[in-house]
Amino acid sequence: MLDGLRLYGRYIGISFRSQMQYRASFIMLSLGQGAMAALEFLGIWVLFDRFAALDTWSLPEVAFFYGLINIAFALCDAFSRGFDFFASMVKSGDFDRLLLRPRSTALQLAGQELTLKRVGRFTQGLVVLLWASHALELVWTPDKLFLALLTIIGGACLFYGLMVLQATLAFWTTETLEIVNTVTYGGVETAQYPLAIYRAWFRRFFTYVIPLACVGYYPALGILERPDPLGSGPLFQWLSPIVGVLFFVVCLRVWLVGVRHYRSTGS
Amino acid sequence: MRPYLALLSARIRMLLQYRAAALAGMTTQLFWGLIRVMIFEAFYRTALEQQPMTYAEVVNYVWLGQALFALLPLLPDDDVRTMVRTGTVAYELARPVDLYAFWYSRALANRIAPTLLRSVPLFCLAFLFFGLQAPASPAAAAAWVLAMVGAVLLGGALSNLINITLLWTIAGEGSSQILMMCVFVFSGMIVPLPLFPDALQPLLDFLPFRGLADTPYRLYMGHIPASQVWSVVGHQLAWTLALVGLGRFLLHRGTRRLVVQGG
Repeated sequence: MLDGLRLYGRYIGISFRSQMQYRASFIMLSLGQGAMAALEFLGIWVLFDRFAALDTWSLPEVAFFYGLINIAFALCDAFSRGFDFFASMVKSGDFDRLLLRPRSTALQLAGQELTLKRVGRFTQGLVVLLWASHALELVWTPDKLFLALLTIIGGACLFYGLMVLQATLAFWTTETLEIVNTVTYGGVETAQYPLAIYRAWFRRFFTYVIPLACVGYYPALGILERPDPLGSGPLFQWLSPIVGVLFFVVCLRVWLVGVRHYRSTGS
Repeated sequence: MRPYLALLSARIRMLLQYRAAALAGMTTQLFWGLIRVMIFEAFYRTALEQQPMTYAEVVNYVWLGQALFALLPLLPDDDVRTMVRTGTVAYELARPVDLYAFWYSRALANRIAPTLLRSVPLFCLAFLFFGLQAPASPAAAAAWVLAMVGAVLLGGALSNLINITLLWTIAGEGSSQILMMCVFVFSGMIVPLPLFPDALQPLLDFLPFRGLADTPYRLYMGHIPASQVWSVVGHQLAWTLALVGLGRFLLHRGTRRLVVQGG
């Protein structure tokens, strides 16, 4: 286990150094990513400028949800590039090489690339989150800080799990199934707004099928100490981010099943 | 004219083969549309004052946007990117055709083919189940069709501009990303443009992006009277000409300084 972590650290270090060889490119791409995310946030601001409030929710509250989920997604996105191009590895037969090495395949894929430019989106999310907590006059006590970190980690795990699932499907289809993008990108879009505004079937989908609400809406309410119109209690709100981590563990299990079914394309 | 039309039709026929991608794209668009509609529903639930668009109009706007989504120049052409990366772009330079017009036909095909595949089923679904209404009047329908032609031409010019910036591998990538995000926000895909602050409207009226989605959609639902179609199309064509000029200039500069990667 420790050995695996050390290897992972080396993978990431190599990826970091190789991208730092193209410093100008890295800076341009990160700025581009940050600017894109900022323009996206403009869309939310415009709506609040026009409507003043969303049900009982204010702009800083929505900004708080937005910040949490976008930080989590940027983290996942930065580390999951290997799973993103996994389907092309299956197609070309390159995955066989990974199987020959005496380390877990998931670890090797995770170490393929650290996408540094995601730092742009990450920073933008962080800025929005800090602005929101300032506007809400939130006092960051140690326990709230801990819950915020847990939420972000849980969120990153959940998205990572979805990436792993998407890659796993390629064992059977040898294609990347874009359908999964619907719940990743669509999930980010959904979680930027409070869950309570959606229709019931949609809320259920993002709570029980894809437990996105457990790594966004519920813990965020715990941090904000805001009564939940859906009626969840503080205990649930504080424990819910763990569901994200569990989801990830389940997805890794499914991945192993996929590996066992792997048949090389032979090309 | 012949080679350009030939390329256009060949690429359209090629892209029509990607039916699985179209199905995936449609599902994404449906899901996305539902999320947007629910968000607007929530905003309108508590809206106190009269808004520049009614909720029903916003729903129409969202679904038109999802059905015609593939028409927007939101992604660079992967083939052009690969050509620049591998150096095969040199073959393109050797062709006895006008490179700008050649790539423009290519960009048009890349926009038209996926739209043909996706828009019809999405129109039907949105019309039957999700609150999309028929055009406000026959005149509105005619005006909409005309403005859609303008939108396609304008989208092709923007798309081509994005592809041309790929010739600058590093700086181009960042600037094309920002350009694409501008398309996304300022064409009305995230929030219908009439809902933007009044102070921003003159700027939005000036920018080319409105002609890609916002004005044609509003002609469809009669939010802009059909009689104003000529000013809409005029705006689209003026920007198309300007962007073609800019694209030609950049392509000229780009191919002069182009260093083909060997190997």
